[in-house]
Amino acid sequence: MAITREEVLHVARLARLSMSPAEADKMREQLDNILAYIRQLDRLDTADVVPTSHAVEMGTPFRDDSVHPFEEKEEILKNAPDREGDFFRVPRIIED
Amino acid sequence: MHEWTLLDAAKAVRDKEISSRELTRALLSRIERINPKINAYVTVLPEAAMREAAARDEEIARGIVRGPLHGVPVAIKDIFCTKGIRTTCASRILKDFDPPYDATVVERIRSAGAVLLGKQNMDEFAMGSSTEMSCFGPVLNPWATDRIPGGSSGGTAAAVAAGTCFAGVGTDTGGSIRQPASLCGVVGMKPTYGRVSRYGMIAFASSLDQGGPIARTVPDAAAVLSVIAGYDRRDSTSVDVPVPDYVAATERGVKGMRVGLPREYFAEGVDDSVRTAVTKALTSLISLGAEAVEISLPHTGYALSTYYIIAPAEASSNLARYDGVRYGYRAAGAKGLIEMMSRTRAEGFGEEVKRRVMIGTYALSAGYYDAYYGKAQKVRTLLRRDFNEAFDHVDVILTPTAPTPAFRVGEKVDDPLTMYLSDIYTIPANLAGIPGISVPCGMSPDGLPIGAQLLGKHFDEESLLAAAAVIEREIPLPRVAPLEG
Repeated sequence: MAITREEVLHVARLARLSMSPAEADKMREQLDNILAYIRQLDRLDTADVVPTSHAVEMGTPFRDDSVHPFEEKEEILKNAPDREGDFFRVPRIIED
Repeated sequence: MHEWTLLDAAKAVRDKEISSRELTRALLSRIERINPKINAYVTVLPEAAMREAAARDEEIARGIVRGPLHGVPVAIKDIFCTKGIRTTCASRILKDFDPPYDATVVERIRSAGAVLLGKQNMDEFAMGSSTEMSCFGPVLNPWATDRIPGGSSGGTAAAVAAGTCFAGVGTDTGGSIRQPASLCGVVGMKPTYGRVSRYGMIAFASSLDQGGPIARTVPDAAAVLSVIAGYDRRDSTSVDVPVPDYVAATERGVKGMRVGLPREYFAEGVDDSVRTAVTKALTSLISLGAEAVEISLPHTGYALSTYYIIAPAEASSNLARYDGVRYGYRAAGAKGLIEMMSRTRAEGFGEEVKRRVMIGTYALSAGYYDAYYGKAQKVRTLLRRDFNEAFDHVDVILTPTAPTPAFRVGEKVDDPLTMYLSDIYTIPANLAGIPGISVPCGMSPDGLPIGAQLLGKHFDEESLLAAAAVIEREIPLPRVAPLEG
């Protein structure tokens, strides 16, 4: 089951990566090779295996739900590509 | 003095035989001469480092020693956030990022008294095995500058091998500390997952990422580990277990230690020079009282596939934050928000990062989640089980760190899958969360360094340090690459 160019473009949209048709073709070929290799996992029967999401067993850590204000707001905002006062400024959200 | 060990340098400063300023000045001038040949640093901090060194000297004069690294110049991979010092992850998308806070690792090395020389080059977002995938250009191996240094912490490994810092801190998601350490002839350790705080360490694959030391000797690596290890409430996966005296562990020896040799790691694909060198490492362990035990880790052949689902899946989620809104690069001239984000990411990320974001997004997308991500998580259980069963019979496991010595610049850059295969021996430890160390154990006929890898039980870094220190003492090798400035 080879990956198609349409699938590549669909995934690129999901990942918010603009991609030219030529780039999509190259990406399709590379992903196809990598996915073909990865599919060797299909040979393993894992029906009764419990998945691992974390390698070191530990409980869920809890902490108090308390506010710790970060005092240096300007240190954060100065990194903004565009701002208006204390807000991040972005292009229009509702496109025509 | 650039060839001194970190522990000797620290002692000389404490004993007032040398000032931190003299040490720092010497290394800054070495960086100036050597770095243009290897491109290991992306940011050098001459003024700040000299200021810090002067402050450490003043403290010494008043009888104050901050900690075990007092006055010693070190450097870190440019993946650790440093307040007021740009932190780029070698990506165009973060080229001007100025973090508002220090990573825990940075806080800890500073409070131990270290002087920060600068920040080191890497594969973009730590994705790569050769440090060719950097927006600052490739790092070159100080032992042979037509070769890559390994990656992704290739800048740190090359800088340590070139004598341009006494030690460094890198990160390891699939081998990114151990593989470059092996290829550059230095010591690199990936601690147990949860041992070193990930707070302020820019995330690649959160269930695999772990920071750790790169140094020229095993005791030096142990000294840095002692400083950076420990519980941190700001990292919810940090584990609250006591930090032992890692430097003392390097003196323990290996008498009675059971050393496992997994047959899957010595199969086809290992270069002859690597096989010979690792066999010498084994002989040295046996000669000091260790016992060799043949073992099997039957699912080893599935580790790379598992990794190349889990790591990109986590990466695609972690890297969603780079959208041109709050920090970093933003593409100019977009008419709407989605177009701005899509073009920002297309222009800001390099090819390897895009490839992994694509694989990860695909593996997590509707209809494929169970077949890829779900499946990989189950195989991850089988890989963990392999190690658990092996550690019922052995104390440590000995393998090659990488299948070959350093390859040539450009050799694998257009063939992602072949590049991925250079991490085949290091990836399983990340999936299982166990600690691993690479220690130099020989040289190829071409004069390229070769490392042996030791793997251990969760939180048993001490046995790895003990065994690695024996290999280091038994197989004397040059510590600093013969680069002439």
